[in-house]
Amino acid sequence: MSSLPHRLELRGITKRFPGCLANDKVDLVLKPGEIHALLGENGAGKSTLVKIIYGVLHADAGQILWNGHDTRIPDPAGARRLGIGMVFQHFSLFDTLTVAENISLGLDQPGPMDALSVRIAEVSERYGLSLDPRRHVHNLSVGERQRVEIVRCLLQDPKLLIMDEPTSVLTPQEATRLFETLRRLAAEGCTILYISHKLEEIRALCDTATVLRGGRVVGSCDPRKETARSLAEMMIGTELSTPERLPQGEAGAPKLQVRHLSTTSDNPFATNLKDVSFEVRAGEILGIAGVAGNGQAELMAALSGEALVPDPASVAIEGRPAGHLGPRERRLLGLAFVPEERLGRGAVPELSLSENALLSGYAREPLVRSGLVHFGRARSYAERIIGAFNVVTHGHRAEARSLSGGNLQKFIIGREILQKPRLLVVGQPTWGVDAGAAAAIHRALIDLARSGAAVLVISQDLDELFVLSDRIAVLFHGHLSESRPTHHTSVEEIGLLMGGLFNHPPDEDEVDRAV
Amino acid sequence: MTLLRLEPRGEASRAMVYATPLLAVALTLASGFLLFWAMGFDPVKALHAFFIAPLMSLRGLGELAVKATPLVLCAIGLAIGFRANVWNIGAEGQLTLGAIAGGGLALAFYGEGGWWLLPLMIVAGMAGGALWAAIPAFLRVRFNASEILTSLMLNYVALHLLNYLMHGPYRDPDGFAFPESRLFEADAVLPLLVAGTRVHLGSLFALLAVAAGWFLMARTFIGFQIKVIGLTPTAAGYAGFNQKKIIWLTLLLSGALAGLAGLGEVAGPIGQMNPTISPGYGYTAIIVAFLGRLHPVGILLAGFLMALSFIGGEAAQIALGLPKAITGVFQGMLLFFLLATDVLIRYRVRFGAKQVVGRAAA
Repeated sequence: MSSLPHRLELRGITKRFPGCLANDKVDLVLKPGEIHALLGENGAGKSTLVKIIYGVLHADAGQILWNGHDTRIPDPAGARRLGIGMVFQHFSLFDTLTVAENISLGLDQPGPMDALSVRIAEVSERYGLSLDPRRHVHNLSVGERQRVEIVRCLLQDPKLLIMDEPTSVLTPQEATRLFETLRRLAAEGCTILYISHKLEEIRALCDTATVLRGGRVVGSCDPRKETARSLAEMMIGTELSTPERLPQGEAGAPKLQVRHLSTTSDNPFATNLKDVSFEVRAGEILGIAGVAGNGQAELMAALSGEALVPDPASVAIEGRPAGHLGPRERRLLGLAFVPEERLGRGAVPELSLSENALLSGYAREPLVRSGLVHFGRARSYAERIIGAFNVVTHGHRAEARSLSGGNLQKFIIGREILQKPRLLVVGQPTWGVDAGAAAAIHRALIDLARSGAAVLVISQDLDELFVLSDRIAVLFHGHLSESRPTHHTSVEEIGLLMGGLFNHPPDEDEVDRAV
Repeated sequence: MTLLRLEPRGEASRAMVYATPLLAVALTLASGFLLFWAMGFDPVKALHAFFIAPLMSLRGLGELAVKATPLVLCAIGLAIGFRANVWNIGAEGQLTLGAIAGGGLALAFYGEGGWWLLPLMIVAGMAGGALWAAIPAFLRVRFNASEILTSLMLNYVALHLLNYLMHGPYRDPDGFAFPESRLFEADAVLPLLVAGTRVHLGSLFALLAVAAGWFLMARTFIGFQIKVIGLTPTAAGYAGFNQKKIIWLTLLLSGALAGLAGLGEVAGPIGQMNPTISPGYGYTAIIVAFLGRLHPVGILLAGFLMALSFIGGEAAQIALGLPKAITGVFQGMLLFFLLATDVLIRYRVRFGAKQVVGRAAA
């Protein structure tokens, strides 16, 4: 018999949903004090497995052993009583309440508010998570909001902390600070189950990794001894083709020029753009980095035409003032657009792929004739997209919501690229997309730029921007930094800009030649 | 612990979309059975008098078509708006304005009519309804005022306007101060389609509206835009569809169809202007639109069903001496059961003790 029982052991966990086996006899062992990565593509069964551990779902078969004892976890409250805490990818905080009030709402026995505030201060101090219990949540940055969620878990003195994609909203510096906290927790004996698709991160942080594919465990390894590539190949089960960055050709004429763009919004939670200027030339990819909520949504809307800008000349497409034009007119000028939200903006969940092909395709493809929809052509257009971009689906009749995130994104990007745009604006192209689809999407964007179109990528994923972009600029509190050639900058430098440390006068920056 | 639970389905059940209207009808009949029984009537006889007897004669079938006509005309227009999240509750007022405008022409040209009068009345009726609907459209587009409230309130304004006219300008000069107009002349009355019934040209318009409504929604780009705006407004914004244009279009269209329905009543079965043109067709049409699943063919069937509840209600008043409210009771039960059973589209009923239930896979 081993001296120390495993913190958590899963034996043969099986969970079936109508039409899909989400977990198939999954075995998992978590030891005290280890940081254990759970890896897998979208749909591999990670979330289901984690929800079973946290009591949100119940396994159809299998056994859960907690500290060596056979256990049933009836619901999340039961999981918390055992000492299992979870930080979800999407926070559940009330903007109008203070940190302490939010935390007290999430506790099973919060106790008096004053005592709670003291405990919050203690815990956040101890783990380097600086947090003022009296502040209102709407004033907090995303990183600080995440700290609220983590502190809420830590107050319950967890033995197992589950983190679901925790760094997707953080700057690299914030992520580094989070890792320090997690390592300190692990050193005190807390087990951490870490879910992420950022492979470099897992290599830097985790002791063990378990890889899921199609609901089954396909392997486990020490991520520190693997490369990001070998981990990705384990996840997708085939060899990965990474897009190669060809040296950029001569940048051509400017396709998109943004001059002194400022926005005002009625929405008090919007981030107004302040005097944003940049241009994207034919044949190049410009990346705009930044933590969510720094004006990306406003910039996307001002570029797509969903929000009109007061001065028509502040947005010019192919040299023509376009600020006063709506999305349809801008498309006719050669703009194509992939929004950040796939389902609900880029596609209508309830409609078929044919109809979703029509959604943006009507402007530049011959799908509508004298007011009537040419359904035959919409169907063949959808089939062309499905074929050219390897969209996995059971056909053009499938509803958009039936596709996985990666396949829907391939469909939407395909729909835009097949319209042969002269300028493509993309928000978060591979957010939540599995490694295989992400590589295909990156390949397609690079090919489009090499064929002479201008591409603007707005993303929070720095790895992605460094793979794709010729130049990178950073959006912070509605201000856009000067852009830097990708090979003359580093993740650290961009990370500092994402935290708001702009180098002020642009002429002091020798590296920076382009606007 | 409950014995009966609702469990979310992964996706909406297509079968239930079509099954719940039938289920609602069945539950309404069952409740009606119990209701009649509790009131001391022979339930079989009462239901027979209510739902079967009216269908047993040509005249009864004709009346069914006469009642279904305004319901279907109004509901087709409303349903197209509802598809775009434009909630026009003002069909009753738009119907009234259609009657006022078209009927006004009949009275204005009394004694000087010709073949041209009826087409002119039809155009005026549609224009009257559309203009009445233009008020909520303007308020919504310009001031973002809820068309639910504005269109509903305008129903009462329309009713008062009609009352004023019936006690003043529209009143029959030889009518002993009764609030009724002169009977329309032959040039101002819609021709009958079936001898021995009161089925008039308006019924043909209703069928045309069904076909046109289907064509609009299923084949045209406007219909596609309406669908997208209704399902996912942000996707419509992304695609560049003009939502204001669609608000105008759907309100004017449903106003025009309601106005046509009103004209069809005064130039059809009523044959004159009076203060009670509609027994609430504009409101009942809302039920018809939802009962018909906002689909033109469904609306046609639902229109007949609701028409039957009007006629059956009258028959039950005569045969059994029931109060007039019985019609409203049956219409209300039908809508209630439809909304209640609609939960089955997204949920399934499970028996037994509670379990924690999840929805989606990883």
